Amino acid sequence: MIYLDYASTTPTDKRVLEKMLPYFEKEFANPSALYLSARRAKQAIDDARKAVANFLHCKPDEIVFTSGGTEADNLAILGVARQAKTGHIITSQIEHPAVLNACKQLEKEGFEVTYLPPDKNGIVSANQVEKALKPNTILVSIMYANNEIGTIQPISEIADVICNFRKVISRQSLVVSSDKYNKRQTTDYKRIIFHTDACQATGYLPMDVKKLGVDLLTLNGSKIYGPKGVGALYIREGTKIKPIVFGGGQENGLRPGTENVAVIVGLAEAIKLISDSEGEREKKLRDYLIQELLKIDGVELNGDKTKRLPNNINVSIKGVEGEALVLYLDRRGIAVATGSACSSKSLEPSHVIQALGKGREVAYSSLRITLGRQTTRAELDKFIKEVKIAISKLRKISGYNG
Amino acid sequence: MAKQYDVLDISGAPRLYSQKVEDHFFNPRNVMQGKPKKGEFNAYGEVGSPACGDVMKLWLKIENGKITSCKWKTFGCASAIAATSVLSEMVIGKTVDEAYKITAQDIIRELGGLPQRKIHCSVLGDQALRAAIENYRQTS
Repeated sequence: MIYLDYASTTPTDKRVLEKMLPYFEKEFANPSALYLSARRAKQAIDDARKAVANFLHCKPDEIVFTSGGTEADNLAILGVARQAKTGHIITSQIEHPAVLNACKQLEKEGFEVTYLPPDKNGIVSANQVEKALKPNTILVSIMYANNEIGTIQPISEIADVICNFRKVISRQSLVVSSDKYNKRQTTDYKRIIFHTDACQATGYLPMDVKKLGVDLLTLNGSKIYGPKGVGALYIREGTKIKPIVFGGGQENGLRPGTENVAVIVGLAEAIKLISDSEGEREKKLRDYLIQELLKIDGVELNGDKTKRLPNNINVSIKGVEGEALVLYLDRRGIAVATGSACSSKSLEPSHVIQALGKGREVAYSSLRITLGRQTTRAELDKFIKEVKIAISKLRKISGYNG
Repeated sequence: MAKQYDVLDISGAPRLYSQKVEDHFFNPRNVMQGKPKKGEFNAYGEVGSPACGDVMKLWLKIENGKITSCKWKTFGCASAIAATSVLSEMVIGKTVDEAYKITAQDIIRELGGLPQRKIHCSVLGDQALRAAIENYRQTS
């Protein structure tokens, strides 16, 4: 099989799996218990937390392990909003459903949400965020890199405009209310929390949370050659957030439940194995594949050409419906993805490609190819050959060009 | 299709669609090649739009009240392609009145079933057929 769907999920690295295995059988103890084997399990979690913190340039206490990216996004968004009780949230139209549907839930709970449209290349600008900020804004959630079209958002620029807005608003409030309220209360009230979903960015982009300027950051094990079912949320010290799951006091009370030691160890190991050179290697393969695909008649690139993850290719192919193409390639041993409605459970074509303003037919005809550590140039050449055959077959059926 | 699509054998593996759907999807019958010649067909129907994700075009040759030829083109997913292909086999040899009565359910039965969320694809097939027959009735 030629697997070209790494953005969907990655295989677990053998080295990661090896580190995990003892925690299923031999080191199975509950980390909350007092005896030696439990203390060893606790130590494994502490070490994993340190490794993740080291990667994000933050303190170990600022990391909460979750069951994955979806739960970390939900904890960030619902947790901040429910702590604030009321207010305005800014996000983008091209977020992952884990963010979008959490925001939709908050709308039902009385919060106001602004969904910023990206430009035609799929970028949300800091300027757009600045214009959308309001005195009652409590949270901004903008993804670091998009899972479908790979576009990279200007996270640190967005952090700057949020920071400036905080200062301006705090100063105004102080002038108005200096006699009535003490300084700290006013400042706390005007705090706007910035969250980014970095599930797709992890492994490819700089992850220093201080430089990014974010308060909350989501990452996920199953996209970085770690196990499925594990994620982490960075929560900047002092950020007020409420849990969304209730139970024992694990993870500082923010994510109760007996820790899944094996996958947490796996996540940390996967992070340790990340290398910068792999992104450079994949970027060359990406540019080669984009160049070859654009040579085919009626093929256009979705997303930005340069502000793009090194492993993401997304094209729309006129006269070819995405599900049909994916299934033709599947029966030739190639695994890729589409934004066509027919591949989704919702029967709506990709909200991301629709948000680019290119029309629904472009979303129906979209194909996403995502590269990874095992991808070779030879695989891409085979893919190009096969995709050309499948396109020609399906265009005969659809009547593209007569 | 002139040449069959050479697919990997996945016997025993879990499937998305019935074997019959896959057969018609990978090797569709009666696909219209190029443009119709003058006088080759005397009825035409078209439903759907690219923005809806499905477009079906259907040509019929009707002689003495009987459908003697049916060709089609479909932009759509696997079930849309398979539904039009199987429909084209169902209508050939039928009278116009018999063909007009074909329902989406008939197409789905012929395909050996479709996943629930794919039912609308087959509905388009019977609509395209009726559009073609109505076109024939108006013009002849």
